[in-house]
Amino acid sequence: MLDRALKGSKGYWTLVIILLGFIGAGSLAYLHQFNNGLGVTGMSRDVSWGFYISQFTFLVGVAASAVMLVIPYYLHNFKKFGRIVILGEFLAIASVTMCMTFIFVDMGQPMRIMNVILFPTPNSILFWDATVLNGYLFLNLVIGWATLHAEKKGVPPPAWSKPLIYLSIPWAVSIHTVTAFLYAGLPGRHFWLTAILAVRFLASAFAGGPALLILLALILRKYTKFDAGKEPIQAVAKIVAYAMCANVFLIGLEFFTAFYSNIPSHMHAFEFLYAHGNLVPLMWTSTILALLSLILIVPPKMRGNETILMWACIAIFISLWIDKGFGLVIGGFVPTPFDTVTEYWPTLTETTITLGVWALGFLVLTVLYKVAISVREELGTSGPPK
Amino acid sequence: MSIDRRKFLKIAGLSGIGLGLSAADSLVKGKAHASEESSLPESGVRLALVIDIGKIRTDEDYKRITDACHSIHNVPSIPNTKHEVKWIWTDNYEHTFPDQTNEFIPHEMKEKRFLLLCNHCAKPPCVRVCPTKATFKRPDGIVAQDPHRCIGCRFCMAACPYGSRSFNWVDPRKYLDMNKTNPDYPTRTMGVVEKCTLCVERLARGLEPACVEVSNGAIVFGNLADPGSNVRKILSTHYTIIRKPAVGTQPSVFYVIGGGENAG
Ligand code: SF4
Ligand code: SF4
Ligand code: SF4
Repeated sequence: MLDRALKGSKGYWTLVIILLGFIGAGSLAYLHQFNNGLGVTGMSRDVSWGFYISQFTFLVGVAASAVMLVIPYYLHNFKKFGRIVILGEFLAIASVTMCMTFIFVDMGQPMRIMNVILFPTPNSILFWDATVLNGYLFLNLVIGWATLHAEKKGVPPPAWSKPLIYLSIPWAVSIHTVTAFLYAGLPGRHFWLTAILAVRFLASAFAGGPALLILLALILRKYTKFDAGKEPIQAVAKIVAYAMCANVFLIGLEFFTAFYSNIPSHMHAFEFLYAHGNLVPLMWTSTILALLSLILIVPPKMRGNETILMWACIAIFISLWIDKGFGLVIGGFVPTPFDTVTEYWPTLTETTITLGVWALGFLVLTVLYKVAISVREELGTSGPPK
Repeated sequence: MSIDRRKFLKIAGLSGIGLGLSAADSLVKGKAHASEESSLPESGVRLALVIDIGKIRTDEDYKRITDACHSIHNVPSIPNTKHEVKWIWTDNYEHTFPDQTNEFIPHEMKEKRFLLLCNHCAKPPCVRVCPTKATFKRPDGIVAQDPHRCIGCRFCMAACPYGSRSFNWVDPRKYLDMNKTNPDYPTRTMGVVEKCTLCVERLARGLEPACVEVSNGAIVFGNLADPGSNVRKILSTHYTIIRKPAVGTQPSVFYVIGGGENAG
């Protein structure tokens, strides 16, 4: 089926070439980092994780969010998700690819990456994270491919795929939970040392991932012959609305615990992020966008309007990207173990590499979506559902 | 000097008995409460340092100690503090004990410099999180680091509550005078984490840690698991504090603070 990625319109190839350009620039920047060390990034002895790990954390959420389509479709037999569920599964594949690439570019000794497998260390959460991410990638590749293949042939998905699909549901939860455990199990990092971190991760994932999916569906409708249909998009929007409410509520809980208890070490990171660090404008942007998005997406009338829905999804995506793809990791390293503040800002090299990885993910996504859409065009099932 | 070099080997030999004694001791006194569970290892050795800050006075004293460590271990001096590599260094009271301070502490305390280094924690989070066992705990309590296995993920840096670990953000050899390095100790490459190793290489030769040797008795090295050891003697007669006790890592570096009374 992959051959369908090789025949495409001019627009398709323009997009592919642009993405390849970004990947090329990212690769050159990475070569520079590889030769000169991670010192070319904005990270430091105090802020030892930066942009790469925060992007990884954010994208694990996008990957996990596929489950928000898989559950209604396969578990509750919600037929309307029939044509959109594959978009979620392919988005998961692209996101996990990005996650793994981000971990790779963050390593000081990338040539030794096999050490994680050669010396398996069950007491390290990182070991489990690598395990669950690889497993999730495998599951989605197999499931996505098998269902699309079956669809092409006009037969139901093979029986062996059912157990894998059911397995993928707790597995999706596990990838984000385990990623949260990377942070939540560290003594001395008060910002992360919270039992609701995994829940917060899941809430933001189930808002951010499906929001991106809605945007992708709207883009596909505009630029391709594929139409996911109004109803499925509305159903996903409802999921986004609930998840975003939960996410905002959970962040509020963190604020209450920190400030009502008045324990300095618990307040410091929040004070840095929202009151006196270099991330203050970004964090407030995130907060305002989050609140605004609730106004736009919660009332059914607003949500029902696809233009408003689009803006709500953009707001949610940016808000969560700032919150998790930036604030969460940086906030955890500030204050430092010495109760001092070391600021962090990504360098140009770091930003170029980051863009390159995103472009790689979007290339994977573009190719996979192209295949899925081509198959449906051939079947004549790409138009709006009746 | 409060411990002679050969004594260290004797400590290691006697420590088996030491552990038995201390266990019996805590039983007799009925102290075997869950939260006071002994942090002493079965090996009977838990190496520790006691730093008497009253005995280190001038800037030269501090410099002699930190230089001794950094020169024999080929630790580069990188001017950019963001890329710094340091095994032992100094900082003030507030930064060393951020959660044990109040605004009214004696003026001398506020002015005082403290020596900071890896605590060789009994329950080290850096070991817990390392995905390759590049950071591991030896039976004698030393938290060791194998730079050849390290993949540079820096998880251990996020996990250490004491900022004891350095990453080689840049090529450390560019900041070393390669003609003046210690040929008996390796230099490191870019992209790996490193820290104080409690001078494992010196202990293996029956020597004390370098910082201890040049400290004029201000730093005492010994076996915590041996109730008769010099470190235990000081700990039982002086008021000492450890860094961030609340995080439960159980540091093996103790600070004697307070007035004129100094450690043995
Ligand atoms: S001080 Fe930090 S690096 Fe040293 S053993 Fe403890 S946790 Fe590990
Ligand atoms: S940076 Fe090296 S020592 Fe630290 S956790 Fe990763 S592999 Fe282990
Ligand atoms: S014990 Fe050895 S390695 Fe550690 S600070 Fe002292 S001299 Fe340096």
